[in-house]
Formats: sequence, structure tokens, C-alpha cells
Amino acid sequence: MLEDMNINDIVGEYKQITLDLYAIGARKFFYTEIETPYPEGKIIVSTSDTKGVITHVNHVFVEMSGYTKKELLGKNHAILRHPDMPKMPFKELWDTIQSGKKWQGIIKNLRKDGGYYWVKATVIPNIKNGVIVGYTSVRRKPSALVVAEFIKRYPTLRGSK
Amino acid sequence: MMANRFTVSPDFSPDYLAGWYLFNKWMQKQTGLKIDLELYGNFYTQRIVTYSHADLVYVNPFDASMLVHDKGFLPLAKVAGNFDETVIVVNSDTPINGITDLKPDLKLAMTEDPNINMIGMMLLEAVDLNDGNIEKVIYDNYVLIVKNLLEGHADVGLFLAKAYDELSWVVKKQLKVLLQSEVGEIYHSFLISPALAEKRDEIQSLLIDMDKNKEGQDVLRALGFDAWIKVDDEEMAFMVNLIDALSIQS
Repeated sequence: MLEDMNINDIVGEYKQITLDLYAIGARKFFYTEIETPYPEGKIIVSTSDTKGVITHVNHVFVEMSGYTKKELLGKNHAILRHPDMPKMPFKELWDTIQSGKKWQGIIKNLRKDGGYYWVKATVIPNIKNGVIVGYTSVRRKPSALVVAEFIKRYPTLRGSK
Repeated sequence: MMANRFTVSPDFSPDYLAGWYLFNKWMQKQTGLKIDLELYGNFYTQRIVTYSHADLVYVNPFDASMLVHDKGFLPLAKVAGNFDETVIVVNSDTPINGITDLKPDLKLAMTEDPNINMIGMMLLEAVDLNDGNIEKVIYDNYVLIVKNLLEGHADVGLFLAKAYDELSWVVKKQLKVLLQSEVGEIYHSFLISPALAEKRDEIQSLLIDMDKNKEGQDVLRALGFDAWIKVDDEEMAFMVNLIDALSIQS
């Protein structure tokens, strides 16, 4: 369960939609067309438990997401899920990491203020004594070409820049 | 008494060479162990020694995570406020002012410092530079990268930020930093081998308390460090996982 976005946090003209998120349930979104360009050199680091609940964030995560560290810890990673993102990559991500394998892909992430940023994400299962105990994720700046290719593949993203 | 072997990643400034010998002397005095410090001028040789017969090591995050994961080494400490960041550097005479100015077919100078190369390539990937369109040239150490950048034999160099910072101002004046990574989660670590595990708590305590007396402070100063901070198994497990995640290139 993830609470709805707060309209008071949104900056700029926004759209509104309620979506049923994979493994999470319904959430009301407010989102804008404002992109926060991913800064060169920075790498987002986070860990989560086996259900995707955030257990650790670095300062770059805080900066890019617009949430405070306190707001992020204990929340499901789906708090970053952008309504434009198709379900398929997330299903593929969860199927892959739950089977003990590593996943990498392009993701459009949603900020607290309704804006967005693109990342190239890598997620790996943390395995202890043969059991998955959580996940570690790193996100970095994707190349513009790779993002453009990704947008072409998914109709829901075709309006994206 | 059989000597224990101690080795250090060869990425520190020559200014601290004597400091490591002082530190080794301090360790022997404090622990009563016979410890031979073995320093090498390149990562390749140092890594062979480390993986085959080292008992105490101060190594980069990649080697630390491999030693913990594959060889059962145990974490002792890290240096306060010291994270491993990567800098991308060019000759100051070039018109290049940012990584977006870099073009394919460039010659990239690097050492065999795995996490620096890994992060460096990750940052360059954002401007579509990768193994397929650049030429990587491996040098033994950062001094040789500087030499080759200044002589025009390499276009771009990857450095451990701390190693770059420790270059003289005369050298740095002739170079230009295009970008520095910002990860803030990976660091050099002091580790102990499983063979010496019964000494772990004792050596860990000695390191953590090192900045609390004059003798220890003098040795730390000779290494350019302020203090050691304890690293526990959980914190090291986090770094092992993080290095694993960072190791996955496209």
C-alpha cells in the first residue's frame, strides 16, 4: 500500500490519474512535464527489503527524488513509479531479481514535485546463506540516445522528452 | 615466529610511503606480531600477493569486497571521511571542458584500480562512450597516467580522486578535471585474513583508538589520515553488494 501523492507538493501544471500498480495497489498520481536532468557524475544508491520497501538511500537519491531521507525510508520503491512507465519492465524486473538474477534497464522516475528524471537502473538480489534477503540498486545517468530508443519501444512514453 | 604479511593498494601518494612503514612499525609494537609490509608499484602484483598470502590489507573497495566475499577476509576499519570517488581528467591545453565534448576513438588512460575504472566507464557511458568505441591503455600507477596525459600519449585519464588531489599543484595546473563522481558509499578498507581472525577484535580496537594518543596521531598524520572508524560485517556486506551492482556494465 502506498499513499496518494500530495497535490500541495506539486510544482507546475499537472495531470492526474489513478493507477493500479503491480504488487502495490491503487495510487493517485499528480505529475507534470517538467524534467529534472540527471546530473553528470552522480550515482543513486539504495537498498530495499524483499518487498521493495526502502531500507537505505544515499544523498543523491534524496536530491533526485525530492523526498527527504526520512520520507523515503520505510516506503515502497514504487513511490518513484511514473504513470507513463509501462508495467512490463517492472514485471520483468521483479521476475528477474526474485529468481536470484541481476536486472538492468531504463526507467522514468517520478519526483515528489510531480516532475521526472530518467535513470539507467541496476538491481541485484542480496543473497545470504542461499536466501534473498533484500535488493541493492544503483541508478546512473543514461545516454540520451538510449532513452530515445526506450521511448520508441513503449507507446505510453511516446509523449515523453 | 612466522611473519604476517601486510599489503596496501598502490594508489597512495609517494609522500606517504614512509608513513606506511611507520604504521607497520606501530602495528608490530602494539600487537606484538611480526608483520612484514610488502608494497608494490602496480595493482597487478599487489593483487597477486594479496590474494595468495596476505594477512592484513588496506585495499580499494573492489578488492575489499572480493577478499571478503571469496576469501573470507573480515573488515576492521576505514579511514574517517574518506570515500573512493573517480575523477575524469584531461590535459589543460585541450579545448575539452566537459565529458559531453569527448568523442569516440579517444585514448583512455587508467590503472588496474577496478572500482575507479568501473565508475569511470559508467560516467562515460552517459555520453555514449564505451569499450567498443574507445581505446583503453593500462598504466601501473597514477603518476604514469599524468606523464602520458601531459606528453599527449593519452587523451583522458581516470584517477582515484584522493590520488589526484595529492598530486602537486604544479602538475594539477597542467591538467583539467572534467568530472568527479558522487557516490559517497564506497571506501578503502582495512581487512584481516581468516587465518588471523582471533586477532580481529584486538587489532580493530587498536585502530579505532589510534587517534586518541600522541603516538597514534603522529603515525596517522604520516599517512594523511585523521582517524580509523570501525567497519562491521553488516556494513561490509552492504559494500560487497554495492560493488556487485556497480560491476554490472551494459
